[in-house]
Amino acid sequence: MSATSTTILNLPDQSTATLPKKNYINNEHGLLSWLLTGDHKRIAILYLISITFFFFIGGAFAGLIRLELLTPQPDLVASDTYNKFFTMHGIIMIFLFLVPSVPATLGNFLIPIMLGAKDLAFPKINLLSWYLYMAGGTFTLAALVLGGVDTGWTFTTPLSTHYLNTHVITAATAIFIAGFSSIFTGLNFIVTIHRMRAPGMTWFRMPLFVWSNYAASILMVLGTPVLAIAIVLVALERTFGIGVFDPTKGGDPLLFQHLFWFYSHPAVYIMILPGMGVISEVISTFSRKRVFGYTAVAFSSVAIALFGFFVWEHHMFIMGVSNYSALVFSLLTMLVAVPSAIKIFNWAFTLQQGSITFETPMLYAFGFMGLFTIGGLTGVFLGSLGMDIHLTETYFIVAHFHFVMVGGMLMAFLAGIHFWWPKMTGRMYPESLSKLAAVITFIGFNLTFLPQFILGYLGMPRRYHAYPPEYQVLNVLSTAGATVLGVGYLLPMLYLAWSLKYGAIAGNNPWQATGLEWQIQSPPLTENFIEIPIVDHEAYDYEWLEHKTKHEVTTVG
Amino acid sequence: MTHPHTHETAVPAEHHHVALPQHRHHFETEEQQREAGSFGMWLFLLTEIMFFGGMFFAYLLYRNWYYDAFVVASNQLSIPLGATNTVILIGSGFFMALGVWAAEVKKKGLLVLFLILTTLLGVAFLGIKGVEYHEKWEKHHIPGAHFDVSEFVNPHAYGLHEEPLSPDMAQKTQIFFFLYFAMTGMHAFHMIIGIVLLFWLTWRAHAGDFSKGYVAPIENFGLYWHFVDIVWLFLFPLLYLINRHPL
Ligand code: HEM
Ligand SMILES: [Cu+2]
Repeated sequence: MSATSTTILNLPDQSTATLPKKNYINNEHGLLSWLLTGDHKRIAILYLISITFFFFIGGAFAGLIRLELLTPQPDLVASDTYNKFFTMHGIIMIFLFLVPSVPATLGNFLIPIMLGAKDLAFPKINLLSWYLYMAGGTFTLAALVLGGVDTGWTFTTPLSTHYLNTHVITAATAIFIAGFSSIFTGLNFIVTIHRMRAPGMTWFRMPLFVWSNYAASILMVLGTPVLAIAIVLVALERTFGIGVFDPTKGGDPLLFQHLFWFYSHPAVYIMILPGMGVISEVISTFSRKRVFGYTAVAFSSVAIALFGFFVWEHHMFIMGVSNYSALVFSLLTMLVAVPSAIKIFNWAFTLQQGSITFETPMLYAFGFMGLFTIGGLTGVFLGSLGMDIHLTETYFIVAHFHFVMVGGMLMAFLAGIHFWWPKMTGRMYPESLSKLAAVITFIGFNLTFLPQFILGYLGMPRRYHAYPPEYQVLNVLSTAGATVLGVGYLLPMLYLAWSLKYGAIAGNNPWQATGLEWQIQSPPLTENFIEIPIVDHEAYDYEWLEHKTKHEVTTVG
Repeated sequence: MTHPHTHETAVPAEHHHVALPQHRHHFETEEQQREAGSFGMWLFLLTEIMFFGGMFFAYLLYRNWYYDAFVVASNQLSIPLGATNTVILIGSGFFMALGVWAAEVKKKGLLVLFLILTTLLGVAFLGIKGVEYHEKWEKHHIPGAHFDVSEFVNPHAYGLHEEPLSPDMAQKTQIFFFLYFAMTGMHAFHMIIGIVLLFWLTWRAHAGDFSKGYVAPIENFGLYWHFVDIVWLFLFPLLYLINRHPL
């Protein structure tokens, strides 16, 4: 065992930084060395490329949806084509982008490093999970190319089982397979976090990013199999006409809803928790303070994961569930807002009295805090029974979940990508351009989705492609906003690609942060650490760092 | 940290005492590797529980709703065949456990033998299951267009007289049989995967891979195989036994 401590005694000089000669990117060459890799960092890159690809396909459908909604008349496409558009948009964005977004890219890359390990526990299963993801993606594209699906991403029965003759089975297969990719990611993370921590890396020294991914992994491992069986039953019912979900044969469509939302509500926390982890890291680094209430933030992740399993019925309030159970689920839904609020408050307290700087990741993090708060609070409205009856199936819902998923998770994803870009590639992104992109994204986002709250409140239903003319102004605003948002997403694509070749050399620790990942070279070696570190300090020990740097000098393993 | 270095220098020398070729470089110790493997397997089994859980939930719901249909349909299943299969599967699990033991005490010949016995009993189980499925096919008890309800009569509690089910309730037996096929089918599917793995493990055991102290694959497969057994131990009473008697 090595005796090197990870204590940061001297921060490297950025101006003299050079690209390390040997790193995980140039360790081996050729396409095959990537396609057969076991290195968690390379798999993270594979994931990053693939989810970006699917994000843009999903985004194209969003663009088409908004284009259709520019005018009240159904003029761009026929109604069933429109149905296919929002179905594809939903399926791709949820299952192929948001669920894997932060865990499979940043989580894959960082969790072993943050724990002081050389890799995830099961590198082959990690690679397998990427192949499953790609297989799921291929089936999705097949469903699209063969003529589309129009069930909505929710596969509502008996619509999906009896009334549609589109490619439901193909899409169901896609989701089934992609589900196993996320099960394997979660399983790998949990085992790694339990078994691969470096000496001295106790549970309460782990970065909060690891905690939140741990919580999300619990949800992936316990929730996804239930989605899998629900989808198998849909496929069986559709193929053999059996009747588990078909009321005419004695089946219960609500059973499907229960099974589906038993996964899909926790899934929204799969989608947001890893993002919350990113925000903890970013906020602490750029206010140069330990995250306020570390333990509370850590436990709130686990609390969200646990409570998340007991609120699914709030998606079914208008579906004829018992009034008493609706009441209970309404109350439980309020409960789940508590740990989310704990996080927001603790981040706010971290900022207080911090030495705040406004680098791009921090701008996105601020965006997250504001937009996620709005998204979360409107979720509380929707959790209240009375409100929900009025607002469900309207654009209010659409606005709510886009505030959480796009305003929240997508912002967090971009914050994280910018924050760790120097670590992943060894180069900096262009700072002023990226600040511009962050601001454009924020403006575009609000312009797109704030009007939708009003539209929903006024009663515009979701999933229709025509609407009464009095809604047009707000819809035009929203479409205009979507265009701005599109620019906000294209910009990072371009300048991040540019920075791969022309970006300034980042050096080991451009943010002067305390995390283990910043104490190794950028981009890291395949083995991450020359010697396994011994951890002897808490996460985010910025105050201590400030005192120490004055005196001692050492390099770090 | 920017100096080039090679794979070898990354592993501190004292870890080379690890003799097993199966030791993967990213684990510090063999012990850690073994623990990680079995922990991973347990987690995977947890996902399996959730997966089967969805069907058990459906069973619970419809058993409550269509109790009478479940009673008559359950009477169509053969207890002798089901019981035989239960015994066979327990036997298979028993040999699997012996196999793990044989691997641990490094007895190659015994290990191969026990794995073969495990496989044979597994195949026998599937054979009997096939016989049962075939019978359902002949009686038109497979849900769908050809489903035939004529054989469904209400078994009276004291065997005094039998009366036909109401036509409406008789149709609900389809739901029972659907669940029967879905649950036992999913179970059989897991057994088929297990048997394929058993072939592979037997072949490797024969090559001597597991008789030098590296037993993790055998242990972990053992966990899987026992899990599949346990699922059956729930399916057998739920489908064959508990609904037979109406009162
Ligand atoms: C790029 C900007 C985006 C725009 C302009 C946009 C627009 C829309 C619109 C107009 C709908 C409503 C369709 C309808 O119900 O009639 C919708 C639905 C939806 N969007 Fe987005 N979206 C965007 C990004 C995203 C992202 C990033 C995600 C996921 C992370 C997402 C997830 C969803 C989901 C899940 C639905 C519901 C689909 C359904 O009801 O089947 N969207 N989007
Ligand atoms: Cu929900």
